Amino acid sequence: MPFELETAATPPANLKRVVIEPVTRVEGHGKVTLLLDEDNRVHQARFHIVEFRGFEKFIQGRPYTEVPVLVQRLCGICPVSHNLAASKAMDVIVGGTPPPPADKLRRLMHMGQMLQSHALHFFHLSSPDLLFGFDAEVGKRNIAGLAADFPGIARQGVALRKFGQEVIRITSGKRVHGTGVIPGGMSRNLSRDDRDYLLKDIDQVVQWSLGAVKLIEAIFSSQPEFHNGFGSYRSSFMSMVRHDGAMDLYHGGLRAVDEQDRAIFDHVDYSQYSDYIHEEVKSWSYMKFPFICSQGREAGWYRVGPLARVNNCDFIPTPLADAERRIFKEFGGGSARHATLAFHWARMIEMLHSAEAIQELLQDGDLLSDDLSRSGTRQLQGVGVIEAPRGTLIHHYQINEDEQIVRANLIVATTHNNQAMNEAIRRVALQYLDGNQLTEGLLNYIEVAIRAFDPCLSCATHAIGKMPLEIELMDVEGTTIQRLIKDSDGKLRT
Amino acid sequence: MDVNSARAPLLIFGYGNPSRGDDALGPLLLGRLEALNLSHVELLTDFQLQVEHALDLQDRHKVLFIDASVSCTAPYAFSRLQPKKDASYSSHIMSPVAVLHAYQDMYGTPPSAYLLEVRGERFELGEPLSLEASRNSDAAFSLLKELCARSGLREWA
Repeated sequence: MPFELETAATPPANLKRVVIEPVTRVEGHGKVTLLLDEDNRVHQARFHIVEFRGFEKFIQGRPYTEVPVLVQRLCGICPVSHNLAASKAMDVIVGGTPPPPADKLRRLMHMGQMLQSHALHFFHLSSPDLLFGFDAEVGKRNIAGLAADFPGIARQGVALRKFGQEVIRITSGKRVHGTGVIPGGMSRNLSRDDRDYLLKDIDQVVQWSLGAVKLIEAIFSSQPEFHNGFGSYRSSFMSMVRHDGAMDLYHGGLRAVDEQDRAIFDHVDYSQYSDYIHEEVKSWSYMKFPFICSQGREAGWYRVGPLARVNNCDFIPTPLADAERRIFKEFGGGSARHATLAFHWARMIEMLHSAEAIQELLQDGDLLSDDLSRSGTRQLQGVGVIEAPRGTLIHHYQINEDEQIVRANLIVATTHNNQAMNEAIRRVALQYLDGNQLTEGLLNYIEVAIRAFDPCLSCATHAIGKMPLEIELMDVEGTTIQRLIKDSDGKLRT
Repeated sequence: MDVNSARAPLLIFGYGNPSRGDDALGPLLLGRLEALNLSHVELLTDFQLQVEHALDLQDRHKVLFIDASVSCTAPYAFSRLQPKKDASYSSHIMSPVAVLHAYQDMYGTPPSAYLLEVRGERFELGEPLSLEASRNSDAAFSLLKELCARSGLREWA
């Protein structure tokens, strides 16, 4: 990498460490620390977020059969992703590869999750930034402003999200805490009535999704240099791909490419992930810093998620999404490939792919089949990986002879992107920090950079209280120069 | 998507994560209400409030949100809500007033809405309900029964 990273094993001696207050683990409070060097330039950016470490202890001693349900309580944003990743690991433990009908039902559920998550992120959170500009008044940069100026788009966003939730409800059996997925397969199929209920709206869902891709493409085309350059940098990418190189969000092998698009590894059996990815601990963060072993601790960080997946795959196996992928790849001579804001574009391409995949799956008679599960020789450990909305999600479990969990290791997408988010924030701060004064404009820009990754911040705890974003500027001596806090009502304080 | 044609006039939406200590207050209170078999009330739960929950407000006369709170005083706080813009940097959590605001912009005037905040103390994964939260829950349940008994056209507050 052409720039110095804070993934260095030993932080610069003259930069002080930061303590994270326990309250950040309760309220989803985000905190960014910018550390200046001797020339008052931004040397490091640290985005302090929490992680699921508590879960790994919480689950020890539990029967493995409970895991697919328990993991849904990890995260209120992507319970389906955890449910599926854990269930894939449990498939290995029970020695049963789900039969084709169960595989398709799981894929349908997963596509519903991708659709609803991407719709929420784009329509509710990102498109106001992109449509109104980052400097628009704060009160307008939200769905209310979007609804007022683009009421049709806002309603489409809500309807798309709802459709995805309905796919999840129907395949999992319940609106939340579903039990449809079991080790080795599924516990329920799709009824004809439920299939017909989803079929009724799917063509509209595909068209709205296509419209969303066209909207983000138009936004990029309006200011290509700005959108390609905002907080951007080159990095490696990692994602899962199908055996033939196609995008596959449910199953495949791991592929990683470096910042020059050269292969680092390809079609790696994900059960061997620990041979390729290691995690580093830093004293200032609850969250680990994964890196690709062959690239080393400093250069081995990477990005996962929609941008990585659209970049890494050779093609998308649904026609409309693949056509949009090609437009994206060719945009500006390939200049959007590394853009931080291109996450949004890639996310919408994936939403379109998810809608098309649902459309295709709903035509498949296997969804109505009763051939739903398999079991075989019991194993003592299993790894399950899926591409969750935010990126590669790894669940790894070991059990004992009494069928209790003795060890669990989870690497979630936000953890994979940990260093990448810090780097995006650092880039934005380098671009927009004027002298050593924190301004509302800079805070807005940092928010925009964070949002591009759609990080999962709150670990599904959300009790009412303040959820500020706090930015702290520290000099080379480690002394706080300034602090700026924005509460969820948009009010600024110092 | 179709909206249910015959909806209960009163929606009680208790949200929170049942596996995170006192965050479970909302869902637990819903469980206690469910045992009362109230015909005019629909009970819904989820981990967090999101924009699509605006659709659950359609065709209601009243809506009551129940959530754990770290900012109210024990045992609970009960208030009337008005739509208000939200400026959160995260898409993952919406406040009840922000859901009302989204509803207002997309579908018109929302139903009367109220918030029951129940004081919570501990929110770590795997923790049970704290003793303080359990006491607060009992007090809140008494209020809920009273509210459900007078859920006619008159406003609550």
